[in-house]
Amino acid sequence: MEFVMFFATAAIALIGALAMVLSPNAVHSALFLLLNFAAISVLFLLLRSPFLFAIQLTVYAGAIMVLFLFVVMLLGAERADATQDRLAWQRPLALGLALVLLIEAVFISVTTIPQTPAVASPEAEAFAAPANLGSVLLTTYVLPLQITGIILLVAIVGVVVLNQRARLRHSLELEQK
Amino acid sequence: MLINYPFIAVFFIASVIFPFIPLIMGYLVAPKRPTEGKKSTYECGLEAIGDIWVQFRVQYYLYAIAFVVFDVEVVFLYPWAVSFGQIGVFALIAMSIFLLILVASLIYDWRKGALEWI
Amino acid sequence: MDDIVVQVLIMLVQVVVLVLAISTGFAYLTLFERRLLARMQNRVGPNRAGPGGFLQPAADAVKLFFKEDVIPTLVDRGVYLLAPALAVIPALLIWAVIPFGCLNIAGDYQACFADPATNPNLHNIFQLADIDIGVLYLLAITSIGVYGITLAGWASNSKYAMLGGIRASAQLISYELALSSAVLAAVMMAGTLSTHEVIYQQMTMWFVIPQLLGFVLFLISGTAELVRAPFDLVEAEQELTSGYNAEYGSMKFALFFMSEYIKMIAISAIAVTLYLGGWNAPGLELLGSLMTGMAGPLVGSIAVGLASFLVFLVKVVLILFLFVWMRASWPRVRYDKLMYMGWKWLLPLALLNVAMTAVFVVVLPDALIHSVALFVASLVVMAVAYVVSSRVKPAPSRSRIKMVQPEVPRRPSS
Repeated sequence: MEFVMFFATAAIALIGALAMVLSPNAVHSALFLLLNFAAISVLFLLLRSPFLFAIQLTVYAGAIMVLFLFVVMLLGAERADATQDRLAWQRPLALGLALVLLIEAVFISVTTIPQTPAVASPEAEAFAAPANLGSVLLTTYVLPLQITGIILLVAIVGVVVLNQRARLRHSLELEQK
Repeated sequence: MLINYPFIAVFFIASVIFPFIPLIMGYLVAPKRPTEGKKSTYECGLEAIGDIWVQFRVQYYLYAIAFVVFDVEVVFLYPWAVSFGQIGVFALIAMSIFLLILVASLIYDWRKGALEWI
Repeated sequence: MDDIVVQVLIMLVQVVVLVLAISTGFAYLTLFERRLLARMQNRVGPNRAGPGGFLQPAADAVKLFFKEDVIPTLVDRGVYLLAPALAVIPALLIWAVIPFGCLNIAGDYQACFADPATNPNLHNIFQLADIDIGVLYLLAITSIGVYGITLAGWASNSKYAMLGGIRASAQLISYELALSSAVLAAVMMAGTLSTHEVIYQQMTMWFVIPQLLGFVLFLISGTAELVRAPFDLVEAEQELTSGYNAEYGSMKFALFFMSEYIKMIAISAIAVTLYLGGWNAPGLELLGSLMTGMAGPLVGSIAVGLASFLVFLVKVVLILFLFVWMRASWPRVRYDKLMYMGWKWLLPLALLNVAMTAVFVVVLPDALIHSVALFVASLVVMAVAYVVSSRVKPAPSRSRIKMVQPEVPRRPSS
């Protein structure tokens, strides 16, 4: 049963990803990416990590995708002409890199999978319980947590810088009028 | 607990199907007599002028970035909220540092005027 | 093998009954709101279809089914048709983890009131799924709810709809932050994310007392999350001519309407679960023991189940009444003020509430003492916030139109 679920979800995730890349309209792409994120969250659930399932939905599907959609809508980017590809070297480079990634993935899966159990164990389930995650996060991984906090602070600084630029342009426009 | 997820899966399927039932029923019984006027975009009875897409305030976008950042921080607080009764003073101090960073970024955002609606 | 078949059958019945119950609830909520609003505005409201307007929702549904199904030429067809469904699906999904009663079909009623950590024998058919991340699930599903409105605005390819959609998404994400921080404090009190356990933790005292501030913040940001008056900037009739759903008609419009009302019941149910003790009320256990003594454990647990469902319903209706009352009382806020309120009032207050809760719970380990202390602190914070907010000068309007006193020519004195 779980096997069937895994393959169904994985297939949906793959279809979502492919459709996202191939879709000419940026908003449609964003929607397919949303489908992909949702499928991945179900994969986390199958790995016995309900917490990550919720986080994946909240942060990726609920926050980051909204940001993407905003950018696309605000810039009117879905109208951008896809045929005018100015970076001619981009496509071959991307294909090459994708090939390298594929080889890597196949290599890793062939060499390591037999040693690690693919089925989630009860230990994994106990580890992924929110309460346990909380205590581990605040004892073993307390330094990474604080660093994450700092990184997020830096992101906020970025917002402020962007905002001041926008504000400057706004006031310049007002003066010209 | 995990045994309960099949219920959610079945309920998910049911709720995905649910909205399409009235849509399809409506499609079947509703009259269809489209005219040019009916199918045009609404603009207070006038002909639509200009491009649909208009320049939006950059503010919307900045709020969205700030939202993503704070959302990630709040998500980090949840595992702590569940376990903070059991874990000791050290964890409390660690979390208050994290909370302080969160508050600092909010104050910084505020004082620099990033929360102002231009 | 038979056991599994029975289990699956129970599951299917539960799902179907839940979906039907929610749609009935939606239908009668519209009637409830219309009648109540009418009363508050000194009108009568719909009362012709059936006794007391009882058949009005059915009449509305039939009318909407037979409305012409117009799809404007310029819309993005796929997304345009998908958006109403995307609005309804999350609104329904919220209900998966909400306990709307406690009927233990495994037998005794005591399992409902026992510690869930030591008593796993509860099979509550009045809750679809008790998962260990229930509260996070609620927040995750609420955060998905943005898409219906946003995409409807975009796909309509109309200026009003687009503006409504963009406004909606900015508003929803801003208040979602306040909402999840407000809920965070309640989770800290409960020490669990399972919705059933949250109710168990409130057996001695409802969280509305220590989390008074959190409850108020939850209600405000919940209203904004529902894009209801006074936060219904998204569909402001006067400027956006109903905004994101301007291009929607017939059943497609009905689905947006439906999603708003289903979400409204769901937010009320979440408020009841997190702050008002859920389905529990004093005397339920007594009822259970009386009925068990008279007619056996099964009757006892059924009696407790039905009574707890009734209690839940009464509490939800009370909160729904509050929502309608708010709509009748307050004018719509200005958009910049809406954003200020979310970011500069609700979010800082919610974070303050989290800090307050953490400090009081750790410093005063006794549940009663820290609850009372938190209650007093909440009152103080709200009083201070009220005083400060009423003293802050209203933000100047951005428009360059100045209001000047018109010069009235004086009458020549005779």
